[in-house]
Amino acid sequence: MIQVLAKEFNSFLNSLIAYVVIGVFLVGIGLLMWVFPETSVLEYGYADMDTLFSLGPYVLIFLVPAITMRSFAEEKKAGTMELLFTKPLTDWDIIFGKFFACLLLVWIALLPTVIYYFSISALGNPVGNIDTPGVIGSYIGLGLLGGVFCAIGILASSITPNQIVAFIIAAFLCFIFFTGFNSVATLGLWSGQALFIKQLGLLEHYESLSKGLIDSRDLLYFLSVIFIMLAFTKLIVGSRQW
Amino acid sequence: MYGSQCAVNNISLTLREGEIVGFLGPNGAGKSTTMKITTCFLPPTSGEVKVGGFDVTQHPIAVKRITGYLPEHNPLYLDLYIHEYLRFIGRLYGMSGLRLRKRVDEMIALCGLEREQNKRIEALSKGYRQRVGLAQALIHDPKILILDEPTSGLDPNQLVEIRKLIKDISRNKTVIFSTHIMQEVQALCDRVIVINRGEIVADNALSTLLGSAVQTISIIVEFEGDVQVAEIQQIKGVTEVTKLKPNTFRLTAPTGTDLRPEVFRFAADHHLSMVGLKLEENSLEEIFRSLTHQHPV
Repeated sequence: MIQVLAKEFNSFLNSLIAYVVIGVFLVGIGLLMWVFPETSVLEYGYADMDTLFSLGPYVLIFLVPAITMRSFAEEKKAGTMELLFTKPLTDWDIIFGKFFACLLLVWIALLPTVIYYFSISALGNPVGNIDTPGVIGSYIGLGLLGGVFCAIGILASSITPNQIVAFIIAAFLCFIFFTGFNSVATLGLWSGQALFIKQLGLLEHYESLSKGLIDSRDLLYFLSVIFIMLAFTKLIVGSRQW
Repeated sequence: MYGSQCAVNNISLTLREGEIVGFLGPNGAGKSTTMKITTCFLPPTSGEVKVGGFDVTQHPIAVKRITGYLPEHNPLYLDLYIHEYLRFIGRLYGMSGLRLRKRVDEMIALCGLEREQNKRIEALSKGYRQRVGLAQALIHDPKILILDEPTSGLDPNQLVEIRKLIKDISRNKTVIFSTHIMQEVQALCDRVIVINRGEIVADNALSTLLGSAVQTISIIVEFEGDVQVAEIQQIKGVTEVTKLKPNTFRLTAPTGTDLRPEVFRFAADHHLSMVGLKLEENSLEEIFRSLTHQHPV
């Protein structure tokens, strides 16, 4: 698995993908947080990083599928599936290798935003007046959210050899899982089950982690979704064996 | 079975250690499918496949560890450099460190990649890419080599080199390679398996196959000056004479007779100049065609 991870990650660095993704993410978030008056922390007046954590997921919905779209689609197109699957690797080795390579890239893109924490902390009145546990919880949530999006992206990539289709399916699924459930919950069909429907979605658990209290149920939820997505990927990739 | 199409129908073959086997067949006969099953890429719909004692469905990892595979279209990671790629493959087989680096250098030398070794794979020509494909199949020194059309698309120079390479590396290994090129089979193999429409139609040692379908041998001789068919039929051993062109004849005799000295003596006796004399080998091509004759496309 490590070898696959290393190769995938090096491929990201060798092509423009890594640089474009990290660049676009940081520039976008940077502009939203500090420049554009509607969302800027400086205009907002309160020393918190809500902008990053409320807008970040949407930027990720757009960027993570761009990272993951080539993971299986390109192998299928180039025929290298046959190469990879005749080497002494298990299907899981390959899937986890690709998953963690994508996740690593996402986390590296998120890392520089920690500087914002220190900036805002210094700007606070008094200095240091920032909800640190909330920020930590939010970062954990965002990191896990990146994980879920990567898993969805890898699943989408395994369905089709066409990278564009993989991107669109991934972005769509990420969006559905993030906000779709909340929207569905607002329909008047569910008598008392609205909360349950919301809890199926990512947003609910993400916001819960953002409060700063690391609830094992939320962690379990994220890990379960990641695992389910990757399990479906294994199913699809293994289906050539039927 | 691919869906409802039966690609390989109940074939049964056993390879002995150290054999080089040529796997011949028309396109679509089932050669690649058989190889994909043997390398654990596709599962057999029914039946049992064992490689080195390991069953492909039960112990796929063990099988993959001891086989080297060159797939049909030689898929490669084009964005990697040769060294990078070979090191990646080597690591998948559990090699590492100094041993891996030395092995990669050995493979590059063995496959003649020295001059191109600092390039990305996408910058290589087809012949060199084929060599990279061979290098990755060999890097872990497998006991069993499965090569699917290893010489496809190569120019005549490259063909000779790759064949020499295969011959050199095949000592102490069991090799099966598929091809359409008869000269290759004659040059490299001990044993030939012919497959057609998913079924094996021949499985013999090369010499047996060459000898089997042939009842007669023919020579083609061209004279300067007029010769009558009747005169030529007088030559000892000739069973049949066919006139191909004025003064060019095909002489047929039972296998084992060499007509050439007799023809030479004939020409000398009749004061004729012999302008051309050629032994027409009953080629493997003809045997192949007779075994696999297909409906006209």
